[in-house]
Amino acid sequence: MSPGAPRGGRFDPRLEARRRAGVRFMWLCRLAVAFGVASLVVLLVSLAADGLPALSFEFLTSYPSRFPERAGVRSAILGSAWMLALVAVMSFPLGVGAALYLEEYAPTNRFTTLLKTNIANLASVPSIVYGILGLAVFVRFLALERSLLAGAATLSLLVLPIVNIAAREAIRAVPDSLREAAYALGATRWQAIRHHVLPAAMPGILSGTILGLSRAGGETAPLLIIGALTFIAFDPLSPMDPFTALPIQIFNWTTDPRGEFHALAAGAIVVLLGVLLMMNAAAILIRNRFER
Amino acid sequence: MAPEAVLETVGLGVRYGETRVIEDISLTIPKRRVVAFIGPSGCGKSTLLRCFNRMNDLVPTARVTGQVLFRGRDLYAPGVEPADVRRAIGMVFQKPNPFPKSIFENIAFGLRINGFQDDIGDRVEASLRAAALWDEVSHRLDADALGLSAGQQQRLCIARALAVEPEVLLMDEPASALDPIATGRMEDLIGELRGGYTIVIVTHNMQQAARISDDTAFLYMGELVEYKETQRLFTNPEDERTEAYITGRRG
Repeated sequence: MSPGAPRGGRFDPRLEARRRAGVRFMWLCRLAVAFGVASLVVLLVSLAADGLPALSFEFLTSYPSRFPERAGVRSAILGSAWMLALVAVMSFPLGVGAALYLEEYAPTNRFTTLLKTNIANLASVPSIVYGILGLAVFVRFLALERSLLAGAATLSLLVLPIVNIAAREAIRAVPDSLREAAYALGATRWQAIRHHVLPAAMPGILSGTILGLSRAGGETAPLLIIGALTFIAFDPLSPMDPFTALPIQIFNWTTDPRGEFHALAAGAIVVLLGVLLMMNAAAILIRNRFER
Repeated sequence: MAPEAVLETVGLGVRYGETRVIEDISLTIPKRRVVAFIGPSGCGKSTLLRCFNRMNDLVPTARVTGQVLFRGRDLYAPGVEPADVRRAIGMVFQKPNPFPKSIFENIAFGLRINGFQDDIGDRVEASLRAAALWDEVSHRLDADALGLSAGQQQRLCIARALAVEPEVLLMDEPASALDPIATGRMEDLIGELRGGYTIVIVTHNMQQAARISDDTAFLYMGELVEYKETQRLFTNPEDERTEAYITGRRG
């Protein structure tokens, strides 16, 4: 027989104080949101003010020039597009493949744990270090010269840990009941992954990949290190061509002592932001299709 | 000689978005009785239960119409603090949900946030005793609550709820995740709490409702079909839908 529930304790619930503490905390959180939104608005407004006047059809379709009124971002846009496509092609299969191995196949032992920890460390390596590595390995040792391929390979190094970590998290988040359901019907490990684990994890994997690609699209330092040219007056037509990219073009123009080029830099920043926003929008569309 | 009502609903309706889950339910929960809600899945019995401690507030699309009176006061009136309601009307859920902390901390949390003035250790012990768990865990109060068996976890959740001295205990299929032995102990525990507490329990198990409750309400498709003393409902149902359900011909 139970001694009966406890009764007669003294409580001091102080409901009003608790309610007010809750309201205070909500306003702090709102302040945090307002800070982010305000920063973004200031950034966008000042960018638009500086950059929009420089934008024109000619600006998008002209090669760089030493005359500011004739200079444009055509080769930089094409270079960035090539670059992102190549980075995606290289980093997606490698990053996701490694993630699948580590999460679905590899045994959990000291070695794989060490590996996973170090991939996390790789994600925090400064990008300029990858630039030096790319210069030594891709540009010099593999003799790719200062080509799109060398640049994309370098940026892929940077993006790989990001894709890998995002993919692993997405794969881990797939409930075991789904795997068990597939195995119980006689699926092999690959069939369970192919038909159930991967589709369920795909929205998360794609989000991470796009995040990584956005990062690559904005990177300047590693490309400067491997010696991406800043004055390209022709269209890059193959992965072995020399190239420039939007961030490099921006960097080049902002460091120009002539003020007219600063306005062009602001214009190029608007273009770069536009490209990255479109990529994110595409990612969201793709993700929604997968989630259905 | 109707017993004093603790909870009363007047024309209560709940919609989730466009879906009407329960409609025009008026009933009273008498003090210190064990009331069981039975009915097929989707009949709205859990939704009804969740109106009593404003748990439906947590569902963004939920709309509650009508009144829920707790000791004569409308729980949904402006100015009513949900936190206050929920301390007075405790709840135990279908799946045991202890915090991923020690057994002691699971009970101490509710005491601390409600400004308990007496000795917390004493109250933890009293609550565990009341939930018939003390003998099993007294030597390991610092152990992780998630290391307990499902039945023990559920009794810990009851101890946790009792610690803050609620007047009413809501139970949403509290034994459905437990094995028959743990279920038996849960029913024994409810039997021991009977008379000291007002308990409202949702169950899928009609034998369970018959064993542990004083009164039983049968809900069907969002409607309160029949509500009376448990024994009379099971031996002498008036509505043919009730009869069909309790005899297993439908539901």
